Amino acid sequence: MLHLVLRRVLWSLPSLGIVSALTFVLASLTPGDAARVVLGTNTDPAAYDRLRDELGLDQPLWSQYGSWLTGAVRGDLGSSLFTREPVADILGSRLGVTLSLIVGATLLAAAVGVTLGLVGAVRGGVVGRVTDALAMLGMAVPGFWLGLLLILVFATQLGWFPATGLTPFAEDPAGWLRSYTLPVLTLATGGIAVIAKQTRGAVLDAMSTEYVRALRANGVPDRRIVLRHCLKNAAIPVTTVVGLVMIGLLGGTILVEQVFALPGLGQLAVSATLSHDLPVLVGVVTVYTLIVLLSNLVTDIGYGWLSPRMEAAR
Amino acid sequence: MTEHLAAVPPAAPRRRSRLWLRVLRRPAGAVAAAWLLLVTGAALLADRVAPYGPLAQDLRSSYALPGRDHLLGTDQLGRDILSRVVHGGQVSLLAVAQAVVVFVAIGLALGLLAGYQGGRTDRVVMRICDIALAIPLVVTLLIVLAIFSRNETAAMLTFGSLASAGLVRVVRAATMSVRRDDYVLAAEVAGLRSSQVVVRHVLPRVMPPVVVQASVLACSALLVESGLNYLGLGVQPPTPSWGGLVSEASAAITTHPWLLVPSGGVIVLSALAFGVLGDVVRDVSADRSATAASSWRRLRTAARRTGAVSTGSRSADDAVIEVRGLRVTAGDVSLVEDVDLVVAPGEIVGVVGESGCGKTLTLSSVLRLLPPGLELAADGLTVAGQDVLALSERDCTRLRGASVAFVPQEPVAGLDPVMTVRSQLREVVRVHDGCGRAEADRRVRELLEQVRLPEPDRVLASYPHELSGGMAQRVAIARALAGRPRVLLADEPTTALDVTVQAEILQLLGDLRSETGLAIVIVTHDWGVVAELCDRAVVMYAGRVVEQGPVVDLFERPQHHYTQALLGANPAGARFRETLPSIPGRVPAPGERPEGCAFADRCRFRQDDCTAVPVHLLGPEERKVRCLHPVSGEDPSSTDREECVDVVAR
Repeated sequence: MLHLVLRRVLWSLPSLGIVSALTFVLASLTPGDAARVVLGTNTDPAAYDRLRDELGLDQPLWSQYGSWLTGAVRGDLGSSLFTREPVADILGSRLGVTLSLIVGATLLAAAVGVTLGLVGAVRGGVVGRVTDALAMLGMAVPGFWLGLLLILVFATQLGWFPATGLTPFAEDPAGWLRSYTLPVLTLATGGIAVIAKQTRGAVLDAMSTEYVRALRANGVPDRRIVLRHCLKNAAIPVTTVVGLVMIGLLGGTILVEQVFALPGLGQLAVSATLSHDLPVLVGVVTVYTLIVLLSNLVTDIGYGWLSPRMEAAR
Repeated sequence: MTEHLAAVPPAAPRRRSRLWLRVLRRPAGAVAAAWLLLVTGAALLADRVAPYGPLAQDLRSSYALPGRDHLLGTDQLGRDILSRVVHGGQVSLLAVAQAVVVFVAIGLALGLLAGYQGGRTDRVVMRICDIALAIPLVVTLLIVLAIFSRNETAAMLTFGSLASAGLVRVVRAATMSVRRDDYVLAAEVAGLRSSQVVVRHVLPRVMPPVVVQASVLACSALLVESGLNYLGLGVQPPTPSWGGLVSEASAAITTHPWLLVPSGGVIVLSALAFGVLGDVVRDVSADRSATAASSWRRLRTAARRTGAVSTGSRSADDAVIEVRGLRVTAGDVSLVEDVDLVVAPGEIVGVVGESGCGKTLTLSSVLRLLPPGLELAADGLTVAGQDVLALSERDCTRLRGASVAFVPQEPVAGLDPVMTVRSQLREVVRVHDGCGRAEADRRVRELLEQVRLPEPDRVLASYPHELSGGMAQRVAIARALAGRPRVLLADEPTTALDVTVQAEILQLLGDLRSETGLAIVIVTHDWGVVAELCDRAVVMYAGRVVEQGPVVDLFERPQHHYTQALLGANPAGARFRETLPSIPGRVPAPGERPEGCAFADRCRFRQDDCTAVPVHLLGPEERKVRCLHPVSGEDPSSTDREECVDVVAR
């Protein structure tokens, strides 16, 4: 198992390097350069040259990337063009919000999705069709719009949850939970749909197998077969989908943080995009890529644990 | 399970009409396509169909609700929402089209390349895909938008190309599977150029999954595009876009919530249409097996009693299995008809016949476990004195394993692949004995000893795929014995095994009978198994019993021509360098069975009356035959058969 993890980590390192390099090259294509962006309407050539020098823009691109990379390995991701705050610090202060959203939404999506899918597979008929229809709808509803609807109903009309903003956990744990409820729900909806669909299919596949027939023929009660055997076998494809859902949520956080005014990485990404603050943007992409790679790693470990055949194959 | 599939009548060969026609024939597909056509058409002709200009203001009717003048109401500046939605479609749908085109172009090109070339090219392409899939999509789009200031085309092209990594995998897998097909290999050997092979053979087969993936991508591209516009990163106001309309609506969310409905509604409906279209394409292009379960409930078999047990037959109070007048149907088609099966304690009965004759279905009926969609009816069905037809589902579960147990055909596939042998055996023991863990482990060891499994510790810790077929079959037998059943049903338990292992398993079954008085019903098409193990055999043909009797008598004096032909086709009786006789023709499919004798078409001794009237199974209980003109005793070839018995019995 350790071997597997190490192998996976080693495999993902080049991905991380390539993604950051690509971002860097793309960033260098900006019409005008960062110095121009910072100075805005100030067209003093002396100030421009000074800033170029300060930002290292007179260096060739590969050397700029090299110094960014050596800094990145030590945790130094440069600093914001505007606030001059170190990018690592900005990211650190916002990571918690985004991670809470992602983890919360993934867990919720997995729990509700698996339950719905299982019920659909066992009951079939109307329940199965309703699950399918809900799943399709869940995939088609844009998160930002759903978020607005939830705000309208549960915040503005009913007043159960705050519409926007975040109560720090230290101040008021219950308030913290309430401020995360609607965003997590919004974020999880699409995932619930996908996971429910996959679970239903995987459980149905397991039900049609020879071993389930043999278990039934030898008197193992239905409930046990479904919960122990079908679900455990379905867990392998479902884990794949949960991993994919988690990666898909990353994009969702950007919109959801905007809708609910949560100070996370997504909101940072949007404001950095609007202000052309590329060092910050490159930093955000790097962190998001890391999260993707981590989630893939967790999925792979999950595989090894769930499927004895996979582990034997390695 | 293959037995079941073979038993279901083959569907009439489906005419493969064009994909899009089959999609449109489904109501969901037609509605989705109609909606997309409507939205696209309206967007393309926006200047003509929209009642107002997208920017035409009418400050006197600010925030009007839907009415005659404004079908979907107006916004703060009194602009007509319907007109803005129609014009906004130009932006959103163009963006979706851009993403889909790039997605399909790259996905198809690289996927075909990797799948067709294989080797090094394949590895490089797949590695690139791995990297592309690790890139967080939406954030990357933000970078693109930061660089190419609010250039939505650049963003959507990036989106399409990064997402195409998923399509590359799908196309590659499909290409590889097509290339392995015999007819494609043959075309290549025949000298067809690779471009021709791709166009003629590979593309048509790869297209359905590509269409499915493209629909799914169109759905997510629309959501991403409207998200970007919601964030204000796309087109600039006042130019309308669907996401921008939601953003404008959110500004007045508390005072004029109606505005959320048309703006978000058009996105939801269009995304839904793309998604539904993809689903329908997947449905019409996939060949799902008809017997696949659609829910756990459908796996339950309802049993019907068709009449009183005929009192004429031998009263079988002591029988462990007594089946009378069994009938299995799929809709109007009978798969098994008029089958009687009586098994005495300690008796070993073989059920013989070609594939598709209803042997396995008969066995499954005893357990009341038919494949979904099949119905069971019988005059009587008792197992160990219990009336199976009258049992509740719960009591039926209790009966299984405890009175009648089952050994499947595929030893490894019959065990749960993700659980160790120990936990599977322990589970069954605890289900039957209701005992604690330690007690169950003791009983598991006892069972393994009973089936003479060597190295029990290693086997207990193994997963099924780590076992040989013989070991797995011993585990399956141990599992079947866990509930101390009185009768064991074995569905071709040795077919999947090597010859030496077969002999060991047969030996084990025979010993179990003599040690514990266990009765066994064994389905097989191997006369060797019958000769070696069984006391009595039942020959089935086309869903009916055609002959039954003691094994020796059956071998020496077969009365039904089918039994005789089947014995003649037995490889064990073959002579050196002599062609093995075979039975010409095939078993008639259920639903195509003739009125009279179903074997008549293949029978050399057929006479005119054979198919004229129904033929009944006649004779004393121990020796029955369903034939109007049975084999006469003085068959000149009977000496051959005696030899044949000798050969198979050895």
